[in-house]
Amino acid sequence: MVISAGVSQPSSTRLLADRLAEAVVAALAGHGEQTLVEVVEVRELAHEVVNATLTGFAGAALAQTQAAVAAADALVVVGPVFTAGPAGLLKSFVDTLDPDSLVGTPVLLAATGGTPRHSLVPDYAMRPWFAYLRADVVPTTVFAATDDWATDGGDRLASLPDRISRAAGELADRVAARPSTTRTGRYDDVPSFDDLLGGAGLS
Amino acid sequence: MQFGIFSVGDVTPDPHTGRAPTDTERVRSMLTIAEHADAAGLDVFATGEHHNPPFVPSSPTTMLGYLAGRTTQITLSTATTLITTNDPVRIAEEYAMLQVIADGRMDVMLGRGNTGPVYPWFGKDIRQGINLAVENYALLRRLWTQDVVDWSGQFRTPLQGFTSTPRPLDGVPPFVWHASIRSPEIAEQAAYYGDGFLHNAIFWPLEHTAAMIAFYRQRYEHHGHGRADQAIVGLGGQVFLRKQSQRAWDEFRPYFDEAPVYGHGPSMEEFTRETPLTVGSPQQAIDRYGALWEQMGHYQRQLFLVDHAGLPLKTVLEQIDILAEDVVPVLRREAEARRPADVPAAAPTHAELVAAARAAGTLTAAGPSTEGDRWTGRTAEDDLAAADAATVARA
Repeated sequence: MVISAGVSQPSSTRLLADRLAEAVVAALAGHGEQTLVEVVEVRELAHEVVNATLTGFAGAALAQTQAAVAAADALVVVGPVFTAGPAGLLKSFVDTLDPDSLVGTPVLLAATGGTPRHSLVPDYAMRPWFAYLRADVVPTTVFAATDDWATDGGDRLASLPDRISRAAGELADRVAARPSTTRTGRYDDVPSFDDLLGGAGLS
Repeated sequence: MQFGIFSVGDVTPDPHTGRAPTDTERVRSMLTIAEHADAAGLDVFATGEHHNPPFVPSSPTTMLGYLAGRTTQITLSTATTLITTNDPVRIAEEYAMLQVIADGRMDVMLGRGNTGPVYPWFGKDIRQGINLAVENYALLRRLWTQDVVDWSGQFRTPLQGFTSTPRPLDGVPPFVWHASIRSPEIAEQAAYYGDGFLHNAIFWPLEHTAAMIAFYRQRYEHHGHGRADQAIVGLGGQVFLRKQSQRAWDEFRPYFDEAPVYGHGPSMEEFTRETPLTVGSPQQAIDRYGALWEQMGHYQRQLFLVDHAGLPLKTVLEQIDILAEDVVPVLRREAEARRPADVPAAAPTHAELVAAARAAGTLTAAGPSTEGDRWTGRTAEDDLAAADAATVARA
Protein backbone atom coordinates (compact mmCIF):
# COMPACT_ATOMS: atom_id res chain seq x y z
CA MET A 1 0.00 0.00 0.00
CA VAL A 2 1.35 3.41 -0.96
CA ILE A 3 0.55 6.49 1.07
CA SER A 4 1.32 9.66 -0.80
CA ALA A 5 0.87 12.99 0.90
CA GLY A 6 1.69 15.43 -1.88
CA VAL A 7 -0.61 18.40 -2.01
CA SER A 8 -0.33 19.61 -5.61
CA GLN A 9 -1.49 17.71 -8.64
CA PRO A 10 0.60 16.42 -10.24
CA SER A 11 3.06 16.22 -7.38
CA SER A 12 6.67 15.11 -7.26
CA THR A 13 5.73 13.22 -4.09
CA ARG A 14 3.32 11.06 -6.08
CA LEU A 15 5.93 10.71 -8.79
CA LEU A 16 8.40 9.32 -6.26
CA ALA A 17 5.69 7.15 -4.71
CA ASP A 18 4.92 5.57 -8.07
CA ARG A 19 8.59 4.95 -8.78
CA LEU A 20 8.99 3.28 -5.41
CA ALA A 21 5.88 1.16 -5.94
CA GLU A 22 7.14 -0.03 -9.33
CA ALA A 23 10.49 -0.91 -7.82
CA VAL A 24 8.90 -2.83 -4.96
CA VAL A 25 6.67 -4.78 -7.35
CA ALA A 26 9.71 -5.65 -9.46
CA ALA A 27 11.74 -6.69 -6.44
CA LEU A 28 8.91 -8.85 -5.13
CA ALA A 29 8.55 -10.44 -8.55
CA GLY A 30 12.17 -11.52 -8.03
CA HIS A 31 10.93 -13.40 -4.94
CA GLY A 32 8.16 -14.95 -7.00
CA GLU A 33 5.52 -12.77 -5.36
CA GLN A 34 2.65 -11.09 -7.14
CA THR A 35 1.84 -7.69 -5.72
CA LEU A 36 -1.34 -5.69 -5.62
CA VAL A 37 -0.62 -1.98 -5.17
CA GLU A 38 -3.16 0.34 -3.66
CA VAL A 39 -2.40 4.07 -3.56
CA VAL A 40 -3.86 6.50 -1.06
CA GLU A 41 -3.68 10.19 -1.82
CA VAL A 42 -3.91 11.74 1.63
CA ARG A 43 -4.97 14.97 -0.08
CA GLU A 44 -8.31 13.36 -0.90
CA LEU A 45 -8.85 12.54 2.77
CA ALA A 46 -7.62 15.88 4.07
CA HIS A 47 -10.95 17.11 5.42
CA GLU A 48 -11.77 13.78 7.03
CA VAL A 49 -8.31 13.71 8.62
CA VAL A 50 -8.91 17.11 10.20
CA ASN A 51 -12.43 16.12 11.25
CA ALA A 52 -11.14 12.92 12.84
CA THR A 53 -8.47 14.92 14.64
CA LEU A 54 -11.17 17.13 16.15
CA THR A 55 -13.89 14.56 16.80
CA GLY A 56 -11.93 11.37 17.48
CA PHE A 57 -13.81 9.31 14.91
CA ALA A 58 -13.13 8.66 11.25
CA GLY A 59 -15.57 9.35 8.45
CA ALA A 60 -16.42 6.58 6.03
CA ALA A 61 -13.58 7.05 3.51
CA LEU A 62 -10.93 7.50 6.18
CA ALA A 63 -12.18 4.48 8.11
CA GLN A 64 -11.93 2.40 4.95
CA THR A 65 -8.35 3.59 4.40
CA GLN A 66 -7.41 2.87 8.01
CA ALA A 67 -8.68 -0.68 7.61
CA ALA A 68 -6.75 -1.09 4.35
CA VAL A 69 -3.56 0.21 5.99
CA ALA A 70 -3.98 -2.24 8.84
CA ALA A 71 -4.46 -5.10 6.39
CA ALA A 72 -1.56 -4.18 4.09
CA ASP A 73 1.48 -6.49 3.82
CA ALA A 74 3.76 -3.46 3.45
CA LEU A 75 3.61 0.32 3.28
CA VAL A 76 5.42 2.89 1.22
CA VAL A 77 4.98 6.28 2.87
CA VAL A 78 5.98 9.40 0.97
CA GLY A 79 5.52 12.98 2.04
CA PRO A 80 6.71 16.39 0.95
CA VAL A 81 8.99 18.39 3.23
CA PHE A 82 7.57 21.73 4.31
CA THR A 83 9.35 24.08 6.71
CA ALA A 84 12.10 21.62 7.60
CA GLY A 85 9.75 18.72 8.32
CA PRO A 86 7.24 16.38 6.71
CA ALA A 87 3.92 17.97 5.71
CA GLY A 88 1.65 18.18 8.74
CA LEU A 89 -1.12 16.58 6.74
CA LEU A 90 0.86 13.34 6.58
CA LYS A 91 1.52 13.38 10.33
CA SER A 92 -2.14 14.11 10.99
CA PHE A 93 -3.11 11.13 8.86
CA VAL A 94 -0.66 8.90 10.73
CA ASP A 95 -2.12 10.24 13.98
CA THR A 96 -5.54 8.86 13.05
CA LEU A 97 -4.22 5.29 12.71
CA ASP A 98 -4.91 2.76 15.43
CA PRO A 99 -1.61 2.54 17.34
CA ASP A 100 -1.62 -1.23 17.02
CA SER A 101 -2.48 -1.39 13.36
CA LEU A 102 1.10 -1.35 12.00
CA VAL A 103 2.91 -3.60 14.45
CA GLY A 104 5.48 -5.55 12.45
CA THR A 105 4.43 -4.15 9.07
CA PRO A 106 7.40 -3.53 6.74
CA VAL A 107 7.54 0.18 5.87
CA LEU A 108 9.59 2.15 3.38
CA LEU A 109 9.91 5.87 4.11
CA ALA A 110 10.51 8.55 1.53
CA ALA A 111 10.19 12.30 1.12
CA THR A 112 10.53 14.99 -1.48
CA GLY A 113 11.83 18.52 -1.11
CA GLY A 114 13.32 21.48 -2.87
CA THR A 115 16.93 20.97 -1.84
CA PRO A 116 19.12 18.05 -0.73
CA ARG A 117 19.62 19.84 2.57
CA HIS A 118 16.41 18.16 3.79
CA SER A 119 17.72 14.69 3.01
CA LEU A 120 17.55 13.39 6.57
CA VAL A 121 13.89 14.32 7.12
CA PRO A 122 12.63 10.75 6.61
CA ASP A 123 15.15 9.50 9.15
CA TYR A 124 14.97 12.10 11.87
CA ALA A 125 11.30 13.05 11.54
CA MET A 126 9.33 10.17 10.03
CA ARG A 127 11.20 7.15 11.36
CA PRO A 128 10.28 7.89 15.00
CA TRP A 129 6.55 7.83 14.17
CA PHE A 130 6.83 4.34 12.81
CA ALA A 131 9.20 3.25 15.55
CA TYR A 132 6.47 4.29 18.01
CA LEU A 133 3.94 2.27 15.99
CA ARG A 134 6.38 -0.67 16.14
CA ALA A 135 6.45 -0.98 12.36
CA ASP A 136 9.42 -2.62 10.66
CA VAL A 137 11.08 0.31 8.86
CA VAL A 138 13.72 -0.63 6.29
CA PRO A 139 17.19 0.89 6.75
CA THR A 140 17.29 2.84 3.48
CA THR A 141 15.03 5.87 3.19
CA VAL A 142 14.67 7.77 -0.05
CA PHE A 143 14.81 11.51 -0.33
CA ALA A 144 14.32 13.15 -3.71
CA ALA A 145 15.28 16.79 -4.08
CA THR A 146 14.37 18.72 -7.19
CA ASP A 147 17.82 18.11 -8.64
CA ASP A 148 17.38 14.35 -8.32
CA TRP A 149 14.84 14.43 -11.12
CA ALA A 150 17.57 15.49 -13.55
CA THR A 151 18.29 12.83 -16.13
CA ASP A 152 21.46 11.69 -14.42
CA GLY A 153 19.65 11.26 -11.15
CA GLY A 154 21.32 14.25 -9.51
CA ASP A 155 23.87 12.46 -7.35
CA ARG A 156 26.28 10.59 -9.62
CA LEU A 157 27.58 8.30 -6.89
CA ALA A 158 24.21 7.30 -5.45
CA SER A 159 21.57 8.24 -7.98
CA LEU A 160 17.90 8.39 -7.17
CA PRO A 161 17.16 5.23 -9.19
CA ASP A 162 19.89 3.43 -7.26
CA ARG A 163 18.48 4.54 -3.93
CA ILE A 164 14.94 3.60 -4.96
CA SER A 165 16.14 0.19 -6.06
CA ARG A 166 18.07 -0.41 -2.84
CA ALA A 167 15.17 0.63 -0.59
CA ALA A 168 12.64 -1.36 -2.62
CA GLY A 169 14.89 -4.41 -2.42
CA GLU A 170 15.07 -4.12 1.36
CA LEU A 171 11.28 -3.82 1.61
CA ALA A 172 10.73 -6.77 -0.72
CA ASP A 173 13.13 -8.92 1.33
CA ARG A 174 11.17 -8.13 4.48
CA VAL A 175 7.82 -8.87 2.88
CA ALA A 176 9.02 -12.11 1.34
CA ALA A 177 10.53 -13.27 4.62
CA ARG A 178 7.38 -12.51 6.59
CA PRO A 179 4.47 -14.91 6.67
CA SER A 180 1.40 -13.27 5.18
CA THR A 181 -0.71 -12.41 8.17
CA THR A 182 -4.32 -11.57 8.58
CA ARG A 183 -4.55 -8.95 11.25
CA THR A 184 -7.25 -9.56 13.82
CA GLY A 185 -10.20 -7.21 14.17
CA ARG A 186 -11.19 -5.19 17.18
CA TYR A 187 -13.30 -7.99 18.60
CA ASP A 188 -11.11 -10.98 17.76
CA ASP A 189 -8.66 -10.84 20.63
CA VAL A 190 -10.66 -9.36 23.50
CA PRO A 191 -9.49 -11.14 26.64
CA SER A 192 -12.14 -13.23 28.34
CA PHE A 193 -13.39 -11.74 31.56
CA ASP A 194 -11.71 -14.45 33.58
CA ASP A 195 -8.43 -13.26 32.06
CA LEU A 196 -9.33 -9.66 32.88
CA LEU A 197 -10.05 -10.65 36.46
CA GLY A 198 -6.85 -12.67 36.52
CA GLY A 199 -4.93 -9.66 35.27
CA ALA A 200 -6.35 -7.73 38.18
CA GLY A 201 -5.27 -10.53 40.52
CA LEU A 202 -8.85 -11.40 41.44
CA SER A 203 -9.23 -14.98 40.30
CA MET B 1 -38.67 0.74 26.16
CA GLN B 2 -37.31 3.63 28.18
CA PHE B 3 -36.63 7.08 26.77
CA GLY B 4 -34.83 9.72 28.71
CA ILE B 5 -32.24 12.43 28.70
CA PHE B 6 -28.68 12.66 29.92
CA SER B 7 -26.63 15.72 30.69
CA VAL B 8 -22.91 16.28 30.72
CA GLY B 9 -23.48 19.55 32.59
CA ASP B 10 -21.27 21.64 30.32
CA VAL B 11 -20.94 25.36 30.91
CA THR B 12 -20.84 26.76 27.38
CA PRO B 13 -21.42 30.34 26.23
CA ASP B 14 -24.54 30.95 24.19
CA PRO B 15 -23.08 31.99 20.81
CA HIS B 16 -25.78 34.66 20.41
CA THR B 17 -24.88 36.49 23.60
CA GLY B 18 -21.37 35.25 24.35
CA ARG B 19 -22.53 34.72 27.93
CA ALA B 20 -22.01 31.46 29.80
CA PRO B 21 -24.08 30.56 32.84
CA THR B 22 -22.34 30.59 36.21
CA ASP B 23 -21.72 27.21 37.80
CA THR B 24 -24.59 27.88 40.18
CA GLU B 25 -26.96 28.73 37.33
CA ARG B 26 -25.90 25.60 35.45
CA VAL B 27 -26.42 23.29 38.41
CA ARG B 28 -29.87 24.80 38.96
CA SER B 29 -30.72 24.49 35.27
CA MET B 30 -29.88 20.78 35.47
CA LEU B 31 -32.30 20.41 38.37
CA THR B 32 -35.01 22.26 36.45
CA ILE B 33 -34.38 20.12 33.39
CA ALA B 34 -34.66 16.91 35.39
CA GLU B 35 -37.86 17.99 37.12
CA HIS B 36 -39.30 19.07 33.77
CA ALA B 37 -38.43 15.72 32.22
CA ASP B 38 -40.17 13.97 35.10
CA ALA B 39 -43.30 16.08 34.72
CA ALA B 40 -43.29 15.64 30.94
CA GLY B 41 -43.29 11.87 31.34
CA LEU B 42 -39.81 10.92 30.17
CA ASP B 43 -38.48 7.72 31.74
CA VAL B 44 -34.88 8.52 32.70
CA PHE B 45 -32.73 11.43 33.79
CA ALA B 46 -29.02 10.72 33.95
CA THR B 47 -26.27 13.09 35.04
CA GLY B 48 -22.63 12.87 34.12
CA GLU B 49 -19.76 13.07 36.59
CA HIS B 50 -16.91 15.45 35.86
CA HIS B 51 -14.07 16.91 37.86
CA ASN B 52 -12.91 19.66 35.55
CA PRO B 53 -14.37 22.84 34.08
CA PRO B 54 -16.35 23.57 31.98
CA PHE B 55 -18.47 20.83 33.58
CA VAL B 56 -20.35 21.26 36.86
CA PRO B 57 -21.76 17.87 37.96
CA SER B 58 -19.03 16.54 40.24
CA SER B 59 -21.38 14.99 42.81
CA PRO B 60 -24.10 12.92 41.15
CA THR B 61 -25.69 11.44 44.26
CA THR B 62 -26.15 14.85 45.88
CA MET B 63 -28.00 16.01 42.79
CA LEU B 64 -29.96 12.80 42.32
CA GLY B 65 -30.84 12.61 46.02
CA TYR B 66 -32.44 16.04 45.80
CA LEU B 67 -34.22 15.03 42.60
CA ALA B 68 -35.49 11.85 44.24
CA GLY B 69 -37.48 14.06 46.58
CA ARG B 70 -38.59 16.47 43.88
CA THR B 71 -39.67 14.01 41.18
CA THR B 72 -42.32 11.31 41.16
CA GLN B 73 -41.83 8.79 38.39
CA ILE B 74 -38.58 9.32 36.49
CA THR B 75 -35.71 6.85 36.92
CA LEU B 76 -32.62 8.66 38.20
CA SER B 77 -29.33 7.48 36.78
CA THR B 78 -25.81 8.51 35.85
CA ALA B 79 -23.92 8.94 32.59
CA THR B 80 -21.45 8.00 33.87
CA THR B 81 -20.21 7.33 37.40
CA LEU B 82 -16.43 7.04 37.33
CA ILE B 83 -15.53 3.50 38.35
CA THR B 84 -11.84 4.22 37.85
CA THR B 85 -11.07 7.27 39.95
CA ASN B 86 -13.74 6.97 42.66
CA ASP B 87 -13.14 4.73 45.63
CA PRO B 88 -15.49 1.78 45.09
CA VAL B 89 -16.29 1.89 48.80
CA ARG B 90 -17.66 5.41 48.39
CA ILE B 91 -19.61 4.37 45.29
CA ALA B 92 -21.13 1.48 47.24
CA GLU B 93 -22.11 3.76 50.09
CA GLU B 94 -23.33 6.74 48.11
CA TYR B 95 -25.41 4.81 45.61
CA ALA B 96 -26.92 2.55 48.24
CA MET B 97 -27.87 5.73 50.11
CA LEU B 98 -29.38 7.14 46.93
CA GLN B 99 -31.20 3.87 46.32
CA VAL B 100 -32.80 4.00 49.76
CA ILE B 101 -33.70 7.69 49.46
CA ALA B 102 -35.13 7.21 45.95
CA ASP B 103 -36.96 4.09 47.12
CA GLY B 104 -35.31 2.14 44.34
CA ARG B 105 -36.21 4.57 41.54
CA MET B 106 -32.63 4.72 40.29
CA ASP B 107 -29.87 2.81 38.61
CA VAL B 108 -26.25 3.60 37.92
CA MET B 109 -24.07 3.61 34.83
CA LEU B 110 -20.35 3.07 35.24
CA GLY B 111 -17.72 4.45 32.92
CA ARG B 112 -13.98 5.06 33.01
CA GLY B 113 -13.89 8.75 32.15
CA ASN B 114 -11.80 10.14 29.33
CA THR B 115 -10.24 13.25 30.82
CA GLY B 116 -6.57 12.42 31.24
CA PRO B 117 -5.63 14.64 34.20
CA VAL B 118 -8.56 13.42 36.33
CA TYR B 119 -6.69 10.16 36.87
CA PRO B 120 -3.58 11.67 38.44
CA TRP B 121 -5.67 14.21 40.35
CA PHE B 122 -7.30 11.25 42.07
CA GLY B 123 -4.05 9.34 42.41
CA LYS B 124 -4.65 6.93 39.55
CA ASP B 125 -2.89 6.00 36.30
CA ILE B 126 -4.97 6.27 33.13
CA ARG B 127 -3.05 3.38 31.59
CA GLN B 128 -4.65 1.20 34.27
CA GLY B 129 -8.16 2.30 33.20
CA ILE B 130 -9.46 -1.14 32.27
CA ASN B 131 -7.86 -2.84 35.26
CA LEU B 132 -9.27 -0.17 37.58
CA ALA B 133 -12.74 -0.72 36.13
CA VAL B 134 -12.43 -4.49 36.54
CA GLU B 135 -11.08 -4.51 40.09
CA ASN B 136 -13.15 -1.64 41.44
CA TYR B 137 -16.37 -3.10 40.14
CA ALA B 138 -15.53 -6.53 41.53
CA LEU B 139 -15.16 -4.88 44.94
CA LEU B 140 -18.29 -2.74 44.49
CA ARG B 141 -20.38 -5.84 43.84
CA ARG B 142 -19.03 -7.58 46.91
CA LEU B 143 -19.71 -4.53 49.06
CA TRP B 144 -23.34 -4.55 47.91
CA THR B 145 -23.94 -8.29 48.07
CA GLN B 146 -21.88 -9.34 51.09
CA ASP B 147 -22.54 -7.88 54.52
CA VAL B 148 -18.96 -8.26 55.67
CA VAL B 149 -16.13 -7.89 53.21
CA ASP B 150 -12.47 -8.81 53.47
CA TRP B 151 -10.65 -7.41 50.49
CA SER B 152 -7.22 -7.05 49.09
CA GLY B 153 -6.52 -5.75 45.60
CA GLN B 154 -4.05 -3.68 43.64
CA PHE B 155 -5.69 -0.31 43.81
CA ARG B 156 -7.05 0.53 47.23
CA THR B 157 -6.08 -0.11 50.79
CA PRO B 158 -7.19 -3.56 51.98
CA LEU B 159 -10.41 -4.06 53.93
CA GLN B 160 -10.89 -6.36 56.88
CA GLY B 161 -14.38 -6.88 58.27
CA PHE B 162 -15.80 -3.91 56.40
CA THR B 163 -19.53 -3.40 55.99
CA SER B 164 -20.82 -0.80 53.53
CA THR B 165 -23.89 1.00 54.83
CA PRO B 166 -26.72 1.50 54.26
CA ARG B 167 -27.22 -2.01 52.99
CA PRO B 168 -28.92 -1.98 49.57
CA LEU B 169 -32.67 -1.47 49.61
CA ASP B 170 -34.48 -4.78 50.27
CA GLY B 171 -31.08 -6.49 50.06
CA VAL B 172 -30.91 -5.97 46.30
CA PRO B 173 -28.22 -3.76 44.73
CA PRO B 174 -29.09 -1.14 42.12
CA PHE B 175 -29.13 -2.22 38.51
CA VAL B 176 -25.79 -1.44 36.88
CA TRP B 177 -24.99 -0.37 33.35
CA HIS B 178 -21.50 -0.23 31.92
CA ALA B 179 -20.72 2.30 29.23
CA SER B 180 -17.83 2.37 26.82
CA ILE B 181 -17.32 3.76 23.37
CA ARG B 182 -14.07 2.14 22.30
CA SER B 183 -13.26 -0.75 24.62
CA PRO B 184 -14.73 -4.18 24.01
CA GLU B 185 -13.29 -5.22 27.40
CA ILE B 186 -16.04 -3.19 29.06
CA ALA B 187 -18.72 -4.82 26.91
CA GLU B 188 -17.21 -8.13 28.01
CA GLN B 189 -17.40 -7.02 31.65
CA ALA B 190 -21.08 -6.08 31.31
CA ALA B 191 -21.79 -9.40 29.59
CA TYR B 192 -19.91 -11.39 32.24
CA TYR B 193 -22.06 -10.01 35.04
CA GLY B 194 -25.29 -9.88 33.05
CA ASP B 195 -25.40 -6.12 33.55
CA GLY B 196 -26.60 -3.56 31.03
CA PHE B 197 -24.33 -2.08 28.36
CA LEU B 198 -24.77 1.39 26.94
CA HIS B 199 -22.95 2.70 23.92
CA ASN B 200 -22.98 6.46 23.79
CA ALA B 201 -22.96 6.71 20.06
CA ILE B 202 -23.37 10.44 19.72
CA PHE B 203 -19.99 11.09 18.14
CA TRP B 204 -19.59 7.78 16.37
CA PRO B 205 -20.71 6.21 13.12
CA LEU B 206 -23.51 3.72 13.68
CA GLU B 207 -21.58 0.79 12.20
CA HIS B 208 -19.15 1.03 15.09
CA THR B 209 -22.00 1.09 17.62
CA ALA B 210 -23.68 -1.88 15.97
CA ALA B 211 -20.46 -3.93 16.10
CA MET B 212 -19.95 -3.15 19.79
CA ILE B 213 -23.56 -3.99 20.68
CA ALA B 214 -23.41 -7.23 18.70
CA PHE B 215 -20.24 -8.21 20.57
CA TYR B 216 -21.88 -7.49 23.96
CA ARG B 217 -25.00 -9.45 23.03
CA GLN B 218 -23.00 -12.47 21.89
CA ARG B 219 -20.90 -12.44 25.09
CA TYR B 220 -24.02 -11.99 27.26
CA GLU B 221 -25.35 -15.22 25.82
CA HIS B 222 -21.93 -16.89 26.14
CA HIS B 223 -21.87 -16.09 29.88
CA GLY B 224 -25.27 -17.71 30.32
CA HIS B 225 -27.51 -14.80 31.20
CA GLY B 226 -30.00 -15.43 28.41
CA ARG B 227 -30.17 -15.16 24.67
CA ALA B 228 -28.19 -12.48 22.88
CA ASP B 229 -31.37 -10.64 21.98
CA GLN B 230 -32.35 -10.52 25.66
CA ALA B 231 -29.29 -8.56 26.76
CA ILE B 232 -29.93 -5.10 28.23
CA VAL B 233 -28.80 -2.50 25.73
CA GLY B 234 -28.82 1.28 25.88
CA LEU B 235 -27.85 3.89 23.33
CA GLY B 236 -26.94 7.54 23.52
CA GLY B 237 -28.51 9.93 21.07
CA GLN B 238 -28.79 13.56 20.23
CA VAL B 239 -31.59 15.63 18.75
CA PHE B 240 -32.61 19.19 18.11
CA LEU B 241 -36.22 19.39 17.01
CA ARG B 242 -38.74 21.94 15.81
CA LYS B 243 -42.08 21.42 14.11
CA GLN B 244 -40.52 22.68 10.87
CA SER B 245 -37.30 20.98 9.96
CA GLN B 246 -35.71 24.09 8.42
CA ARG B 247 -36.33 26.06 11.60
CA ALA B 248 -34.52 23.41 13.61
CA TRP B 249 -31.53 23.61 11.26
CA ASP B 250 -31.39 27.40 11.34
CA GLU B 251 -31.80 27.59 15.10
CA PHE B 252 -29.33 24.85 16.02
CA ARG B 253 -26.57 25.66 13.53
CA PRO B 254 -24.90 28.49 15.51
CA TYR B 255 -24.81 26.24 18.58
CA PHE B 256 -23.39 23.35 16.57
CA ASP B 257 -20.80 25.52 14.86
CA GLU B 258 -19.49 26.96 18.12
CA ALA B 259 -19.83 23.93 20.42
CA PRO B 260 -16.49 22.88 21.92
CA VAL B 261 -17.17 19.21 21.23
CA TYR B 262 -17.81 19.40 17.51
CA GLY B 263 -17.50 23.00 16.38
CA HIS B 264 -15.05 23.78 13.58
CA GLY B 265 -14.84 20.12 12.62
CA PRO B 266 -17.30 18.29 10.39
CA SER B 267 -20.19 20.33 9.06
CA MET B 268 -23.60 19.82 10.64
CA GLU B 269 -24.60 18.11 7.39
CA GLU B 270 -21.73 15.61 7.70
CA PHE B 271 -22.30 15.13 11.41
CA THR B 272 -26.02 14.44 11.06
CA ARG B 273 -25.26 11.98 8.28
CA GLU B 274 -22.55 10.02 10.07
CA THR B 275 -23.70 10.12 13.69
CA PRO B 276 -27.13 9.80 15.34
CA LEU B 277 -27.41 13.60 15.73
CA THR B 278 -30.80 14.41 14.26
CA VAL B 279 -31.73 18.00 13.55
CA GLY B 280 -35.18 18.44 12.13
CA SER B 281 -38.84 17.67 12.73
CA PRO B 282 -40.25 15.23 15.29
CA GLN B 283 -41.06 12.88 12.42
CA GLN B 284 -37.41 12.88 11.34
CA ALA B 285 -36.36 11.89 14.85
CA ILE B 286 -38.99 9.15 14.84
CA ASP B 287 -37.74 7.86 11.49
CA ARG B 288 -34.09 7.86 12.58
CA TYR B 289 -34.39 6.47 16.10
CA GLY B 290 -37.31 4.22 15.26
CA ALA B 291 -35.06 2.40 12.79
CA LEU B 292 -32.05 1.87 15.09
CA TRP B 293 -33.37 -1.47 16.28
CA GLU B 294 -32.78 -2.82 12.77
CA GLN B 295 -29.02 -2.50 13.37
CA MET B 296 -28.91 -2.84 17.17
CA GLY B 297 -31.69 -5.32 17.88
CA HIS B 298 -34.51 -4.48 20.26
CA TYR B 299 -32.99 -2.34 22.96
CA GLN B 300 -34.16 -1.13 26.32
CA ARG B 301 -33.03 2.43 26.84
CA GLN B 302 -32.54 5.42 24.59
CA LEU B 303 -31.01 8.51 26.14
CA PHE B 304 -30.87 11.89 24.40
CA LEU B 305 -28.47 14.73 24.97
CA VAL B 306 -30.52 17.93 24.75
CA ASP B 307 -29.04 20.51 27.13
CA HIS B 308 -25.52 21.14 25.87
CA ALA B 309 -23.62 23.58 23.64
CA GLY B 310 -24.93 26.69 25.38
CA LEU B 311 -28.59 26.18 24.51
CA PRO B 312 -30.79 28.43 26.67
CA LEU B 313 -32.77 26.69 29.42
CA LYS B 314 -36.06 27.72 27.82
CA THR B 315 -35.04 26.02 24.56
CA VAL B 316 -33.97 22.87 26.41
CA LEU B 317 -37.33 22.65 28.18
CA GLU B 318 -39.05 23.04 24.80
CA GLN B 319 -36.91 20.20 23.45
CA ILE B 320 -38.02 18.00 26.33
CA ASP B 321 -41.66 18.85 25.58
CA ILE B 322 -41.27 18.03 21.88
CA LEU B 323 -39.60 14.73 22.76
CA ALA B 324 -42.20 13.83 25.35
CA GLU B 325 -45.23 14.88 23.30
CA ASP B 326 -44.37 14.26 19.67
CA VAL B 327 -41.56 11.71 19.54
CA VAL B 328 -41.37 9.35 22.51
CA PRO B 329 -45.03 8.21 22.52
CA VAL B 330 -44.68 7.06 18.91
CA LEU B 331 -41.29 5.41 19.45
CA ARG B 332 -42.52 3.72 22.60
CA ARG B 333 -45.62 2.36 20.87
CA GLU B 334 -43.67 1.13 17.86
CA ALA B 335 -41.00 -0.49 20.04
CA GLU B 336 -43.61 -2.26 22.15
CA ALA B 337 -45.45 -3.49 19.07
CA ARG B 338 -42.40 -5.21 17.58
CA ARG B 339 -40.78 -6.44 20.80
CA PRO B 340 -40.79 -10.22 21.21
CA ALA B 341 -42.63 -11.19 24.39
CA ASP B 342 -39.53 -12.75 25.99
CA VAL B 343 -37.25 -9.77 25.35
CA PRO B 344 -37.20 -7.31 28.26
CA ALA B 345 -39.07 -4.09 27.55
CA ALA B 346 -36.82 -2.03 29.79
CA ALA B 347 -33.94 -2.26 32.20
CA PRO B 348 -35.14 -4.07 35.33
CA THR B 349 -36.77 -1.93 38.00
CA HIS B 350 -36.02 -2.34 41.67
CA ALA B 351 -39.28 -4.25 42.19
CA GLU B 352 -38.38 -6.62 39.38
CA LEU B 353 -34.91 -7.18 40.79
CA VAL B 354 -36.39 -7.97 44.21
CA ALA B 355 -38.87 -10.39 42.66
CA ALA B 356 -36.10 -12.05 40.64
CA ALA B 357 -33.87 -12.38 43.71
CA ARG B 358 -36.73 -13.90 45.70
CA ALA B 359 -37.49 -16.33 42.90
CA ALA B 360 -33.84 -17.31 42.67
CA GLY B 361 -33.56 -17.61 46.44
CA THR B 362 -30.54 -15.34 46.46
CA LEU B 363 -32.00 -12.56 48.51
CA THR B 364 -29.56 -11.62 51.21
CA ALA B 365 -30.63 -10.37 54.60
CA ALA B 366 -31.99 -6.83 54.47
CA GLY B 367 -28.94 -5.69 56.36
CA PRO B 368 -26.56 -6.54 59.12
CA SER B 369 -27.71 -6.64 62.69
CA THR B 370 -27.73 -3.28 64.41
CA GLU B 371 -26.90 -4.81 67.75
CA GLY B 372 -23.18 -4.59 67.46
CA ASP B 373 -20.05 -5.63 65.74
CA ARG B 374 -20.94 -9.26 65.47
CA TRP B 375 -18.55 -9.81 62.63
CA THR B 376 -15.50 -8.67 64.54
CA GLY B 377 -16.69 -10.03 67.86
CA ARG B 378 -15.66 -6.76 69.42
CA THR B 379 -17.55 -3.83 70.86
CA ALA B 380 -16.68 -0.19 70.98
CA GLU B 381 -15.99 -0.65 74.70
CA ASP B 382 -13.48 -3.40 73.92
CA ASP B 383 -11.76 -1.05 71.51
CA LEU B 384 -11.69 1.73 74.07
CA ALA B 385 -10.31 -0.59 76.69
CA ALA B 386 -7.66 -1.81 74.29
CA ALA B 387 -6.78 1.76 73.40
CA ASP B 388 -6.50 2.68 77.06
CA ALA B 389 -4.30 -0.31 77.75
CA ALA B 390 -2.07 0.63 74.82
CA THR B 391 -1.82 4.20 76.07
CA VAL B 392 -0.89 3.00 79.54
CA ALA B 393 1.64 0.58 78.11
CA ARG B 394 3.32 3.33 76.10
CA ALA B 395 3.34 5.64 79.06
